[in-house]
Amino acid sequence: MTTTATIGTTIASDGFVLDPADRAAILEERAHYPYPQAASIEALKIVQKRHGHVPDGAIPAIAETLGIRVADVEGVATFYSLIFRQPVGRHVILICDSSSCFLTDYEALRDAFIDHLGIQMGQTTADGRFTLLPVCCLGACDRGPTILIGEDLHGPVTPDEIPRLLEAYA
Amino acid sequence: MSRILQSAGERRAETHPLTWRLHDDQSPVLLEEYLDTQGYAAVTKALEQYTYESLTEEVKGANLRGRGGAGFSAGMKWSLTAKGADVPRGYIVCNADEMEPGTFKDRLLMEQQPHLLIEGMILAGYANRSKQGYIFLRGEYHLAAASIQRALADARADGWLGSDVRGSGWDFDIALHTGAGRYICGEETALINSLEGKRANPRAKPPFPGQSGAWGLPTVVNNVETLCNVPGIVNHGADWFQALSGDLSRDGGTKLYGVSGKVNNPGLWELPMGTTGSRILELAGGMRDGLTLKSWLPGGGSTGFLLPEHLELALDFDTIGKTGSRMGTGLLTVVADNQSMVSLTRNLEEFFARESCGWCTPCRDGLPWSVKLLRALEAGEGEGGDIELLEQMARDLGPGKTFCAHAPGAAMPLASAIHYFRDEFERGITRPKGEAHADPIPVGSV
Repeated sequence: MTTTATIGTTIASDGFVLDPADRAAILEERAHYPYPQAASIEALKIVQKRHGHVPDGAIPAIAETLGIRVADVEGVATFYSLIFRQPVGRHVILICDSSSCFLTDYEALRDAFIDHLGIQMGQTTADGRFTLLPVCCLGACDRGPTILIGEDLHGPVTPDEIPRLLEAYA
Repeated sequence: MSRILQSAGERRAETHPLTWRLHDDQSPVLLEEYLDTQGYAAVTKALEQYTYESLTEEVKGANLRGRGGAGFSAGMKWSLTAKGADVPRGYIVCNADEMEPGTFKDRLLMEQQPHLLIEGMILAGYANRSKQGYIFLRGEYHLAAASIQRALADARADGWLGSDVRGSGWDFDIALHTGAGRYICGEETALINSLEGKRANPRAKPPFPGQSGAWGLPTVVNNVETLCNVPGIVNHGADWFQALSGDLSRDGGTKLYGVSGKVNNPGLWELPMGTTGSRILELAGGMRDGLTLKSWLPGGGSTGFLLPEHLELALDFDTIGKTGSRMGTGLLTVVADNQSMVSLTRNLEEFFARESCGWCTPCRDGLPWSVKLLRALEAGEGEGGDIELLEQMARDLGPGKTFCAHAPGAAMPLASAIHYFRDEFERGITRPKGEAHADPIPVGSV
């Protein structure tokens, strides 16, 4: 895979084309701030929403759209844990691994997910359906252990509920 | 959606300023209902009766202490903001990056009562001469984002935001900024960097954000719950706010307290500031499954462990501070007698190690090292001197060694767990210093 980047100019790489609707959405976000760099995280999220992850070619495309440096976009893209720089499954399962869920037995739940899906944390199922990742305290500690699938919060979740729970995510 | 707020009695405007409007079905309080229940009355009053100085004085007099966990007086913070005719107008930023382990209070306020937060931000913006507000919301709070977006649009359409707010001639607007993970974004200056679209490394202080914050302009960062307290203070006055906690605490107001862990009835309650831990644990129905309480964290993963005897103390910033711990966010995490302090501490330090932004060496390198030692102890493979080394590390991660409070926060549970439960750590040592380990005895579960 090759990515050629030139600061501040239009870049063609990996055949990535920024969707016109995404470009418009990024420019709309840009209007919320005094400087364009502030919209870079939201821009990455906009691209990710369409593609599931942020393809290499999207980095220079975002930089060009916002008129900021490629390195600044990549620096942000690699810092934040919810920006995925590699392909992920259609549904990302975020398992809370913080203290309250630890005390309500999240480790057994995590192990049950690993067994059920046949993948380790950080991996994606062969059919491209699920990716398993850890996440910071989901702020629903009264319902621990908690998980987030896509935008859906679930909790408390017991290991035996996993097969049924996942049926809703094709 | 968060679990329903629980009540220890009837909720009224005078006694439960944060939660009295909430619905049993957890649906959000929309603009029309909010306006029908004294909503935005505080903005009207402030625009008519207060200057930015007198509004700041009112909040200062109420002794509203920061509900994000640090407990700094909000009014004092506002009084330190650079403002005046010759200073450019800056920003009011709501820290809605709720990610402190064991904390689930701001979610409820944002999902179910977004206008209370917006009203508090308008007032804070007025008091600090801000030109713009930003709500920095963690990316995983999807329902809160939708609730806030709708409320912002409704408030703007009704003239509470935008140019010439309610005909006052004062311009002020609020935008929602959602994050993309990383606990460090909750640190005030890291949050500002993240808002600017940069990596969330903290900044050196001084200058403090009130002098030079977002894009170099005066910036005030307040927690969600802190801001939600401001409308009540403006409506009813500083004395009323102080009286809410009565004789229980010198800190004014109510507090969203909560309990998580193995209790019968985990949840969230609005109670007078200074309510005791034992009362809160009683509301949570006590320990479940016949378990006994061994230890508890008073307000998140970056606070120090306490013992059952400390439950009789008033849960406020000063009282809990005197124990060597901190009240933090005021949401209790309880540990049962059959749960290992070594394993729990390892889990906490893994969290802090992963979430370190890597800016400062003690934090970046020290935290993974502490995890390695704790894992060895957990597996019964520790060696002589490991505990003393962990204690040394807790000191070296303490205040003043790093740019921000992330490492000191990580040191608190580590130091206190060893302090109160040293015997559990000692059980993990099975070989003398420098010798190969012989016979591991796992102590992961006691």
